[in-house]
Amino acid sequence: MSTRAVSVVRLVQQRSFLVLIALLVALAGLIEIIRPGAVNAHWVSNILEFAAPLGILAAGQTLVVITGGIDLSVANVATAAAYIMASQAPFGVTRSIVAGLLVGVAVGFVNGIGVGVFRVQPLIMTLAMGLVVTGSLNVYSQAAVRSVPGVPAVIHTLGSGTVLGYVPVSLFLWALLGAALIIGLRSTGFGRLLYAVGDNIEATRLAGVRGWQVLLANYAACGFLSAVAGLVLSGTVNAADLSLATVLLLPSVAAVVIGGTSIFGGSGSYSGTIVGALILTVLNSVLTLLDVPDAVKQVLYGAIIVVLAAAYTRVLGHE
Amino acid sequence: MEATVAAERPRLDRVRFGRALRRFGWTIAVYALFATVMVVTIAIKPDYGSFEWNTLTLAALPLAFAAAAQTMVVLGGGIDLSVGALMALANVLALRAMLGHDLNYALVVALIVLVEVTLAGALNGAIIVLTRVPDIVITLATSFIWAGLALLVLAKPTPGIPLDFQNLAQGSTFSPWVPNALLLLLVIPAVWIPLRRSRAGLAIYAIGSDRNAAFRSGVNLALSRILAYAVGGFFAACGGLALSMTTGVGTPLAGTYYTLSAVSAIVLGGVSLAGGRGGMLGPVAAAYILSLIPAVLIYLGIDPNYGQMIQGVLIVLVVMIGGVGALLRRA
Repeated sequence: MSTRAVSVVRLVQQRSFLVLIALLVALAGLIEIIRPGAVNAHWVSNILEFAAPLGILAAGQTLVVITGGIDLSVANVATAAAYIMASQAPFGVTRSIVAGLLVGVAVGFVNGIGVGVFRVQPLIMTLAMGLVVTGSLNVYSQAAVRSVPGVPAVIHTLGSGTVLGYVPVSLFLWALLGAALIIGLRSTGFGRLLYAVGDNIEATRLAGVRGWQVLLANYAACGFLSAVAGLVLSGTVNAADLSLATVLLLPSVAAVVIGGTSIFGGSGSYSGTIVGALILTVLNSVLTLLDVPDAVKQVLYGAIIVVLAAAYTRVLGHE
Repeated sequence: MEATVAAERPRLDRVRFGRALRRFGWTIAVYALFATVMVVTIAIKPDYGSFEWNTLTLAALPLAFAAAAQTMVVLGGGIDLSVGALMALANVLALRAMLGHDLNYALVVALIVLVEVTLAGALNGAIIVLTRVPDIVITLATSFIWAGLALLVLAKPTPGIPLDFQNLAQGSTFSPWVPNALLLLLVIPAVWIPLRRSRAGLAIYAIGSDRNAAFRSGVNLALSRILAYAVGGFFAACGGLALSMTTGVGTPLAGTYYTLSAVSAIVLGGVSLAGGRGGMLGPVAAAYILSLIPAVLIYLGIDPNYGQMIQGVLIVLVVMIGGVGALLRRA
């Protein structure tokens, strides 16, 4: 291999973030080629608006994956939070939002108890809690709610309003949460603990860390973020039905993986996940522009995630 | 060579005995739970008869195959989140090709579908081996691919599976208490027992319990992993065909329920998600328990939506009890 090739590989390995950005730009370029003039301020605004709920959902997923787990209940939690928020809306907006967020924190807390205290494998625990949440929500919707509830105006503005014509309101929330997560993961004690626990929980125990407390707080945070994502999403689509966020489960994991967070825990960052969420959203936009049937779109989406994850794993050399 | 094998046999037998005891301990508990739930069911519904039993075996058949598929993959240290999508694919392929034909034609179609979906399963494994991306990520992504293909084959639920083919599972040829749907479960041991006794089966257990040790013992990791996924694909295909037989309908969206419930069934059935531990008996009984819950709720006049909730709580409780048990053994 020539020196240049080696240095390119090294550059890619050390600056994987830049490669992801390049991929994002390339995808946008592809759209511009398919339909000249399609990439404009309005398009960017749309992409950001649709990426925000996914990005926030994937934020919780990132936290959990960094600790070596996976949360398969994020989509169920997001759906439940939005539905309960909407059904509580007649009793006041504040109360409804608090109720929705509480759902997320409560489910995350139970996940945390299962994973942290009882050492249940995260996959099983969150899968089971996902079933419990969806089952309870179905029961709740049939017992207590007469019709599909509407979304309050504040949430609708949060999910699909814009400032100065183009800047989505949800972007402010996403940026705020994103900054808090990036700084929190990088330079707070709790952030570093997440990596340590994900890397080797036994070593952190020997170092005097109560791993179960870290996991408990982490899963609760993931539940909270999932609930926020659910609220934003219900505002974006201006509805809160019983399958609102189901489609976002796979993308939430894919965004984390494409963003370079190891599924085995201990390494990764939220900035990668943000770009991952943007790439997936732009990808969706490409497939929509190509006007392919939904079934084909689904096949291509899956195939492209395989290719991206494979390329990433190959280039960076970690499994 | 022969001599070494003979000399090691007594020790191996003792190891196997200890392991068998531990493994069957859980399996016996699962069957005891199944028996308890059955007794409760009969207590709730005193006129529980062969008809209800037949209904249960029909409901449990696709799930039992889904659980078998997941068991195969998990024993090899992987996880297949595309089991349900593979089942849906087999189901719609069968409907598309069988529509309006007789039994013999349908049987040939079933055979071809089995081969096709087995290959799809093998492809899952091959992609994982080639790309070195974790199983969970690849199978999540391929679940989209298989489900998308299923939608391409058939856009919406369509009836039309030949009646004679449906009757292979429905009805009872021998005795009302031994419905055909129960007999069809024999496909699982017919594939599983020879496999487990073979070198390839042992290799699957080996890569599931310790991949490094397996590699150093000369196990071909790539082939064994692909084999686990291929056999998983075969069982998923059986599940899809079972769905065709028991419902008579091709449903492209049947997948998600079976993926999640198959994971529930193997966890309840005592298969360790860490790989290398467990068997087929437990998951099949667990599939019956999970299928019985909604029926019991209906007998009790409770909203069957509670079923999902109960299933979730049951899994958490079982795993927690298992975890506490492991803690006590260590202490």
